[in-house]
Order: sequence, then structure tokens, then C-alpha cells
Amino acid sequence: MNYFMILYLLGLVCIIQSCSMLLPVAVGIFYGENEWKAYAFVAAVSLVVGLAFSLKKPKSNVFYAKEGFVTVALSWIVLSLCGAVPFVLTKEIPSYVDAVFEAASGFTTTGASILTNVEALSQTSLFWRSFTHWIGGMGVLVFLLAVVPLTGGHTMQLMRAESPGPSVGKFVPKVRQTAFILYSIYFAMTILEIVLLLAGGMPWFDSICTAFGTAGTGGFAIKNASIGFYHSFYLQGVVTVFMILFAVNFTVYYLLLAKKFKQAFKNEELWWFLGIIAFSVLCITLNIRNSCYGGRTYEAFHNAAFSVASVISTTGYSTADFAKWPQLSQFILFILMFIGASAGSTGGGMKVSRLVLLLKSSAREISTILHPRSVKAVKLDKKRVDPAVVKNTASFFVIAMLVYVISVLIVSFDEFDMTTTMTAVAATMNNIGPGLSLVGPTGNFSAFSNLSKVVMIIDMLAGRLEYFPILVLFTPAIWKDGFSALRRKLLNRR
Amino acid sequence: MNIIIVGCGKVGSALAEQLASEGHDITVIDTNPDAVERVTEVADVMGTVGNGVVYYVQKEAGIEYADMFIAMTGSDELNLLCCLIAKKSSSCRTIARVRNPDYLTERGFIKEKLGISMIINPEMEAANEITRLFTIPSAISVDTFARGRIELLETRLPIGSPIAGSPIKSAMGRLSGKILICAIERGRDVIIPTGDTVLLEGDKISFVATHRDSGAFFKKAGIAKNHIKTIIIVGGGKITFYLAKKLSEYGFRVKIIEKNREHCEFLNSILPSDVVIINGDGSDQRLLLEEGIADADGFASITDIDEENIMLSLYVGSNFKAKTVTKINKLNFEGIIDRLSLGSVIYPKYITSEMIISYVRALENSTGSGVQTLYNIVGGKVQALEFAVRTESRAVGVPLCDLDLKKNILLCCISRHGKIIIPSGQDMIQVGDSVVVVTTERGLNDLKDIVR
Repeated sequence: MNYFMILYLLGLVCIIQSCSMLLPVAVGIFYGENEWKAYAFVAAVSLVVGLAFSLKKPKSNVFYAKEGFVTVALSWIVLSLCGAVPFVLTKEIPSYVDAVFEAASGFTTTGASILTNVEALSQTSLFWRSFTHWIGGMGVLVFLLAVVPLTGGHTMQLMRAESPGPSVGKFVPKVRQTAFILYSIYFAMTILEIVLLLAGGMPWFDSICTAFGTAGTGGFAIKNASIGFYHSFYLQGVVTVFMILFAVNFTVYYLLLAKKFKQAFKNEELWWFLGIIAFSVLCITLNIRNSCYGGRTYEAFHNAAFSVASVISTTGYSTADFAKWPQLSQFILFILMFIGASAGSTGGGMKVSRLVLLLKSSAREISTILHPRSVKAVKLDKKRVDPAVVKNTASFFVIAMLVYVISVLIVSFDEFDMTTTMTAVAATMNNIGPGLSLVGPTGNFSAFSNLSKVVMIIDMLAGRLEYFPILVLFTPAIWKDGFSALRRKLLNRR
Repeated sequence: MNIIIVGCGKVGSALAEQLASEGHDITVIDTNPDAVERVTEVADVMGTVGNGVVYYVQKEAGIEYADMFIAMTGSDELNLLCCLIAKKSSSCRTIARVRNPDYLTERGFIKEKLGISMIINPEMEAANEITRLFTIPSAISVDTFARGRIELLETRLPIGSPIAGSPIKSAMGRLSGKILICAIERGRDVIIPTGDTVLLEGDKISFVATHRDSGAFFKKAGIAKNHIKTIIIVGGGKITFYLAKKLSEYGFRVKIIEKNREHCEFLNSILPSDVVIINGDGSDQRLLLEEGIADADGFASITDIDEENIMLSLYVGSNFKAKTVTKINKLNFEGIIDRLSLGSVIYPKYITSEMIISYVRALENSTGSGVQTLYNIVGGKVQALEFAVRTESRAVGVPLCDLDLKKNILLCCISRHGKIIIPSGQDMIQVGDSVVVVTTERGLNDLKDIVR
């Protein structure tokens, strides 16, 4: 393991964190609030720490998959721990565990909050909460790859470990350019959404924060009633469309930009994704039309579409309290939580392409019972999928379920009802935000014990990074080697 | 530059890695997903799985935007076909690897008629390199600049060398101004010497000289090996064919030992009749002795098995006087291999990739004063670069003693109108020159980069 390279990269991540905190500082000064001082202080400290680690480039920059995983996992932990400090310093969230929950929820684009009254926060902190979504959506290390000239094939390991999806590829030969293109598309789409929201009469501050939350598929709202606060079908419609757009594989956009329309629309995952959305919206509309909306079809459709888009893209904004909908609708949403967005998007969850791969390989298993000697590869986009990817997808599913069951077991110590416990874990692990019952759109996570909150923080990070990087941290060998490497280095220096 | 490489074998991947590290945009194509995966793991390149002849696959790899298309698969015909299709579908330049001796005489014809920019034959290039080594037996390696007029030679100072222990200034004596020592490898260190650096026994030194002066230097340094007359080659593959053909043209007496009877017969049918071909196992000591290894002046082990080549060279090098040349195809333990007393070591895959890289550089630098040729010497720790001076710059037209060169850079040689100048402080670089620079720094792209 190349521990010094890992520390170097962590140093760079701290610097990026510090730079990104300058934005809330600017917002604070603009609105004449005092909270900016806390952000400036944390930014300065993390800049110093970052520079200390990254000033000297390590001699060896050899980097393998395991280093990639460890770096990404540690970076996200560092981000969450540091990002939480300003909340405590401004005394807006006095408990550090709560603050870390809020920050991790922001960076992992979950959007689950422990705040009972969001509107009581300063503009500075509201902005920072939303901005963490934007940073976390596309990934910090992808950003780092785009701006820092790191060379060598190993840089791909970082991108692979951070980007969602069963197999991460490049658009262009260079990692740096690929990362740059990703961020450009991301940036452009965010701007477009801000403009469209402004056009609908939403105030500046609100549209920027809402767009950040949508772009990262995060879900922190700046109003207690979430997007339901804006009583405008247009504004809610724009958010609906953009939630879906940000949950689509960004490869599709790249291909569209490269004018490869045929190839872009051949993306099988896209059609599955849209199909699932259409089906769920139809079912829920029919289900809630009479029971909740008194036969007003358009209103039922509007709210169904918003909720489905919000849950499947793992954003977590809300216009209606879907925790009060009929059981069928609630259960459809619960399933959508696990399916999640597309691979290569900013969303969380298991990813549609993994679901498709699982379905196809299960179908293949059944057909091998009928024809034991049949030869049949799993195909996606009419191409054979590498058996290693299929295998990885199966173990991904098992690991996700294990993490889910263990987390539910621990959280159930808190004596909440089953729906609350199960959906709370599902909503954090899949980076959605609100669950059902007590943690539904109108509820929040403040009632849980610290133990449960810590479990959910780990779940959020594990879910965002797709389990493997965080789980790698739990292997003792990595830590033992790390400590002995550091000790050797320190002894040599003496 | 956007470059597509078809075939991720030994040469293809070495090439992808080197070109990517120089900042080019590389896409590799191979039918084997594992091979593509391996390359993308080590280098910042994009991979496409598929048959490189298929237009659809080429398109997926971005042929429309490619500046260069390099076909490095195992099959000559496939390479040619790839290039042909690439040429028809875009305006890129094409390079094909063609190694079958059958096409040897048709190279020019194929190149012209199929519109291929460069045909490269790794085996023949390796054979040329080995031939050069046998013609200058005292050198461990030989690289050439200025179209072969300047040679960069590497040699080791033997124990008891008369010039060991004295600083370079006095050691050179009459030869100073004709020969320039540009790098010294001592143990693990590399020194770019000045006139006061003291030479030691066992130093591996690299120097530039013209062909005529190098002989005099070898004599002075006490490394003069006898002229080579007879050469024994073990292994009868393609390199052996090209090598034996060339060596016998130059008048060497060549003996080939090959295990496979059919190969022997094939070689016999196409090689000149003064080449002796022995059917037997080259790793059999008695056979080697019987065929006169004790009296041979040169020995080349170029079988397909790297380990066997190493063992053979170690055996011959430690027991007999012959100069040994070892071919290594695959092994990646350069650090270790350098420390063995194997004599000269040849890596066909690097020879090929260095040739292609210098072609790419030349193309890229057809304007300005860019790098024309590049060699990695002293185990890759030092680079020797040849710049073609086409435009005025701050390094041009200034006497060298007034040029403020960066650290660890040595200007070793200027070639002007076919004349070789080993520069002194009064000389200056002029437009139209070729300049050879030796350095331990990386990232020199233009002549003006040598000045502080």
C-alpha cells in the first residue's frame, strides 16, 4: 500500500474542502450574518492541514485498486467530519454527532435531516447544506481529477472507486478530460435549472439552493415544507424533470453532445429507468386519485410524478406527504428506494443497471435448469457483459442486503415502529432522505439515539460509495500495515 | 495527438504506456478484453474491445478524430488491412508492423501503394541493433543520432584501465574536443560529469563520438576488444534470419545453432550458403564447445525463452572471451538484469516503441525546434535527446560559455551540414543544426527549455 500517496490525496481533498467553504463565507458576508466566521475559520484550518500533507509530492505514485478504495473512503469520512464543524461552531446544531449526520447526509446527497425547523438556520448554513449536495453529487475526487494534473493509469482507480455503477468507463482517453467533461455537463445543467427556476419566479437564493439539491440528487430543502412550499405547478414540474435528468447516466449526455444520437438512445438502462418511472407513476396516480385527491386526476398525477422522481432519483424533495398515501403507493415507493438511479449519474441506490443485470442473470439461471448445456451470456446494450461484472453485481446485492439487515437490527433498539425503522435505514443507505411514517416527508431523524445516528452515517457513506470502499476500511490488515509504515517513516526521520 | 493502437501485446502495451506518458490521447483496440483491461490499468488510455479491422470498431475508438493509427497485432496481414481501412475512413497517418521475411523485399512497394506512412519490422530493427553492437565490440550499447553520423556509446571501464583515477580533462588528452563523456553510472548513481569529474574503475560511461574516434578512445581506455570475426548465434527465429543475413553481408563468419530441424532447413534455404547452420540444442555445453565457442569472438543468444538466453550469456560471458548479446522479450526485471554481466542486452519491444515514438515526435515537431530523436540510456535514468533547430530562440546564436544551462544538462554534440562538432565554450548553436543534449531531467520539449 502506498500510504504516502493516500495522505497526499487526502491533503488535496482538504484543500478543495477549504476552497468550497469560501462560498458560504461569501454568502454570509452578503447577507450580513455572523456565521461566516465559523466557516472562514474551518476553511483556514483545513487549508493549513491540507497544505501540510500535500506540499511534498510522494516519491512513488504507484497506485492500485486497493489504494483507490481506501483513498476514496477516507476522503469522504474526512469531508463529513470537517464539513460538520461549522454547524457546531455556529451553535445551530450543538451536538457533534447530529452535525456529522447533517454533513454526511449533505455530501452523500442523502438529504435526511435531524433539524426540526430548517427555516431557523442562517442563510450561510442553508447554503452550505445545499452546496455539500452539489460537491457530493459528482464526487470530490472526480473534481480533484479534473483540476489537479495527476498522471498515470492509476488515476482511473480513484474515479472507479468513487463513481457509481457496475462498470465505470471513460468518454475520452484521458481521465482528466473525462472528469472535466463530467463536471462541465453537471455545471451546465445546474445553471440551466437555476435559470428555469428563476423564470418561474423563485427567489435567487432559493433557486440556487434548490438547483444544488436537485443536481446532486440530494434533497435538503430550505423550507420546512420542502418544494411543497412553492405552490406552483411550473416550479415543481421543473424540479421533477431535473430530478429525472440528473438520475440519468451522464454517458447519454456526452454521446448527445458528441452528436452520436443513435448510440445515446441505445442505452438500455435509460429505457428501463424511464419504464420503471412510467409504470410507478401510473400505478400511484390511480391509487391516490380518489383516496387522497378526491378524483382530481391532474393533481394526483403531478404529485405522484414528483414523488416517484424524487424517490427513484434518490433526491428526497417532497410536495406531498406520501407517508399518508395508501399502502400500495407507499410500498411502491419503498421498492423504488432500493432500485435507485442509473449508473454514472449523481443518484444513489442499487442502480437500475444492476437490477437489470440481476434480473437477466436470474433468468439465465432458470433457463440453465431447462437446458443444462445452454451457453448464454448476460447482455446489456446488446453487448456481452464481463462475467466478473455479473459476479460483482450479485455480491453487491448480497452485501447491500447484509448491511441493511444489520443496520435495521441495531436501529431497532430505539423502539420505533417497524415502518419507521425499516424505511429510515433504507432512506439513508440508498441516499434518499425521507422515509415513511415518523421519518416521512414531514418528519425528521432527530428522535434517533446517537448509536442509530452513527450507524446511519456509516450507511450513508457506504451507500454513496457503493459499499466496497467503506467495507475495505474494516479489514484489519490495511490499518496494521499503515501504522507500521508510518512508524518506519517517523523512526527514519529521527 | 489522438492515436489509436490496435493490438495490446508486448509492443502495443509498451507503446501505449510511453505515448500516454508523453501526453498523447491514446485509444487501444484488442479482441481480448483482458489485454485491454491490463493496459488501461497501467496507463491513462481508453480501451475498446473488438476486431481492429472492423470499421464499426474503429469508429467507436474515434477514427474520425485520430491523427495516427498504429497496428501492432500479431498478424502482418491483419495489420495491413487495419491500416488500409483506417486510411480510407479518415485522414490519419498509419503505421503497421510487418515482420514476415516474405514481405521484406516488397516493403517499399506495400508502403507506397497502400498509403501506409511507416512499416516497422521489430525483428529487423533488433537485428540491425545487434549488428551495430558486433561492429563496435567494445560498446555495451550503441544509439545513433543525426542519421547515424553520431554514435552514443555505452561502455564499462575495466579494472586497470589507464584512464581510471584521473579527471576527465586530463584523461582525454589528445582526444578532448572529439569525444565527450556525457553520463557516468556508478553503482546506483548517475552523474552528468564536468571536466573535473574523476573516472573510476567499473564506471559505466556513455559518450558521443564519431565512428572513427571511438576506436581511439577504446584503445586509450584499455577496453579494446579484438575485431570480431566469428559469431555464434543460438536460436533460429526471425531475428536470426535478419541478423545472419546482415552479418554475412558484412563479412562475418556466422554459425547458427537451432533445435528445430524444420527451422534449420528453412534458414538454410533462404540464407547465403556461407552461414553454417547446426541442428542441435544450444543449451548443451558440449555442443557449444564442439562448435568452437572457445574461439568465437561474438555470441548472441536469441532464442524465444528469456531465461535460457540469460543463462547462455552468463555461461559464455564468464568462461570465454566472446562478446555476448542477449535478447530479452518479456522479462521486466530491468534493475536486476542490468546488474548481471550479460554484455549487451536487447529489448525488441523497446526498440520498436522508441522508433515509433521518434516518428510521432518528428511529426509533432515539424515546426519549432522540437525533439527529433530520444533515447533512454543508463537504464532509463538519463535521456539523450536530439533537437532539430529550425527557428531562432534564446538558445540560438549565443556562445555556449554564455548560455545559462539548467542543472544536469549537457550539450554534447552539434551536427552542422554533415559535420560533427563536439562543442567547446566558443561554439554556438545556429539555425539548421542538430543538437544532442543529455539530461537527467524530464519534460524537455524544445531546445529553448535547456536554458534557465
